[in-house]
This record gives sequence, structure tokens and C-alpha cells, in this order.
Amino acid sequence: MRRPRLEGRIARLPPMTRSTAEVRERTPALWSDYVQLLKPRVMSLVVFTAFTGLVCANTPIHPFLAAIAVLCIAVGAGASGALNMWYDADIDAQMRRTRGRPVPAGKIQGADALALGITLSLFSVMLMGMALNWLAAGLLAFTIVFYAVVYTMWLKRSTAQNIVIGGLAGALPPAIGWAAASGTAPANAWLLVLIIFLWTPPHFWALSLYTSEDYAKAGVPMMPVVKGAASTRRQIFGYSLALIPVCLAPAFTGLGGPIYLAVAAIGGVFFLLLAWRVLRSHAGEARGERNDDGLYDVKAGSKDARNLFAFSILYLTLLFAALLAEHAMGMSPLELLPPLELLR
Amino acid sequence: MSDPKSESEAFARARRGRNIAIALGLVAFVIIVFLVTVLRLGANVANRPL
Repeated sequence: MRRPRLEGRIARLPPMTRSTAEVRERTPALWSDYVQLLKPRVMSLVVFTAFTGLVCANTPIHPFLAAIAVLCIAVGAGASGALNMWYDADIDAQMRRTRGRPVPAGKIQGADALALGITLSLFSVMLMGMALNWLAAGLLAFTIVFYAVVYTMWLKRSTAQNIVIGGLAGALPPAIGWAAASGTAPANAWLLVLIIFLWTPPHFWALSLYTSEDYAKAGVPMMPVVKGAASTRRQIFGYSLALIPVCLAPAFTGLGGPIYLAVAAIGGVFFLLLAWRVLRSHAGEARGERNDDGLYDVKAGSKDARNLFAFSILYLTLLFAALLAEHAMGMSPLELLPPLELLR
Repeated sequence: MSDPKSESEAFARARRGRNIAIALGLVAFVIIVFLVTVLRLGANVANRPL
């Protein structure tokens, strides 16, 4: 793995960040800036999916230990966020969405972000191993390394498939939660991982269709930058077609009940409809800067991509919320297929 | 140009805030390890062969 040379990285920075040292002298780093390093919004989704995995394991666990498991997963996710911000400061400085992050904004030095990321990684994995079990700790360690090293340092800058493969890191939390509760990771846990894994490409590519100029400017080979908008729209539709049957699968494997099946089916139809509209649209083809920094400020023709992006978040949230509600209420799963031991 | 005195006060305040956050984090970690030890040890003591 080869990190781009430092001189090149500094030379590519826009004028705003060339005065980083000057800003650093004037702006003291607050504790809240360090919290921002942990990407709290990403952390909230990770916590939610991990907690769902933990509850779906249907294994009695002391509430305090369950809370520690969720805390470890949250801190591990935060640690990988800090490592990502340390390494990607040059890219972040060039994109509207990310240039206000603490490192490119000059509030926190890169070395401090690195130290925080490594420290929290070690603490979260060790505590998970000691308090719960070493399978969950191992999966957590793998997730952190996969996100910080494989995705951030390698895939993100080198291939248009970056978020497809790297999406595995974001998909693993339900399996970690399941393993933390039961000490095992059966096929049903990996089914939850597969749902998030297949959900990631349509979700991210819908976003990148209307932010691709930022990625192009930063030299990140996102799919619309490398293959063009039309190819990206086709791939979004293809992944959506693959995603919906997988989302329905838990109703057949003894994991999801009637509420889950209804949410997965009705939401899945909407998802496919929106993906179809993206396929038929001209999303990602309009040129010119966006008006402001908002994620939802889109150019004409990209509204369909924005709608899919927004609905994808809602769909995943509803799927996991349905599973969580069913298992919390003790509702029996449907088991539309004969029970298989490897699924439990 | 900002006033150097108020600037150094801002830095001192920020450093104090960071130090308090680190202290609270460490205290929380110690309490967590203690409670986890009690829980895990307690369960094993209760389940030991007599």
C-alpha cells in the first residue's frame, strides 16, 4: 500500500487549507471538535443496526453487558471515522460536504486524529473481548481495519468499486451485535450484513450522482466520475434488483415476522420504483456548481437521485426497526421455509 | 489582529474543556471495567462446581 507523497498532497490543497497552520494558531480545539472526528451521525446508524443484531440473536444477556457491547461498537465506529479523517484530510479539504471537518478546517492536527483513532480502536476491541467475547471483538477489529486501511487507504483512491467493497465495513455491525450477544454468527446474522452490503451501492451512488463534481475535483474515482452517470444509473438499478429479494429473505429464514415482510415488500416496491425513475432520468448529467453545501440541494434532473438517496435511508431504517420491534415484542417469525439449523 | 491575552485565555479554556473530557472518559472506563469484572466474576462464582 503506497500513500501518495506528502508534497503532492499539500500542493493539491486549495488556498483555504494552505493557511491551515495560521488557522490552527488562532483556533483552539474544543472537546466537541474531537467528537466531530468520530462521525456521530454515521455512528448512530451503526449503533442502530448493531443493536438490532444483538436483539435478533434472542440470547439472554445482562442489560449492562448489552449496553457495553453497543458502546464498544459505537466507539470502534468512531475510531475508524477518526482514522478516516486523518488520512483523507487532503480529499476532505476539497469537497464542500467535508471541508468543514476538524482536520481540514485546521482545528485538530492530523497526528492528534490518528492518535485518537488508534487509542479508541484498542480500547473498544479490548473491552469487547473482555466484557463479551473474542468473536465479537475480532469482528470489531476486522471492521475497523477494513474501513481504515482497506477502504480509506486503498480502495477509495484506486477503484470505482470503492464503496461496493468498502461497504462491507458499514455492513458488519449487525453481525458484531449478534456475536456479542450469543458468541456465534449464524447465517441469519450474515443475512443482515448482506442487506446492508447490497443497500450501500444504490444509496451512495444516488448521492454521488449529484455530488460527483466534488469527487472529481478531489480526484476520488467514484462511479459517476469514472464510468459516467448513465452507467451509474444502470448499476444502481441492478443493485436495487438484487437488494429487494435479499430484504424479503428474513421472512423465509425464521428471522422476520409479518410486520417485517410487509415493510420489506411495500418499501421494496417503492425502492424499485425510485431506482427505475433514476434509471430513466438524466441524473448526474447536468453541469455546474451546486448552489450551496446542502446534501439536498440538487441540480435540475437529479431530483430522482435525491429521492432515492433519501428513501434508501428510510427503507433501511424501517427494515431494521421492524425486526427490532418484532423481536422486542416476542413476535414469532414467519419461517416460510423449513427451519435450518445453520440459520440460528 | 486578535488580542494575544484573550487568545491565550481561549486556549486555556479549550485545554481545560479537553482535560475534563479526558478525565471523565477515563473515570467512566474504570467504572465500566469494575462493573464488568463484578458481573462476569459474579456469574462464574455462582456457577462454580461445589
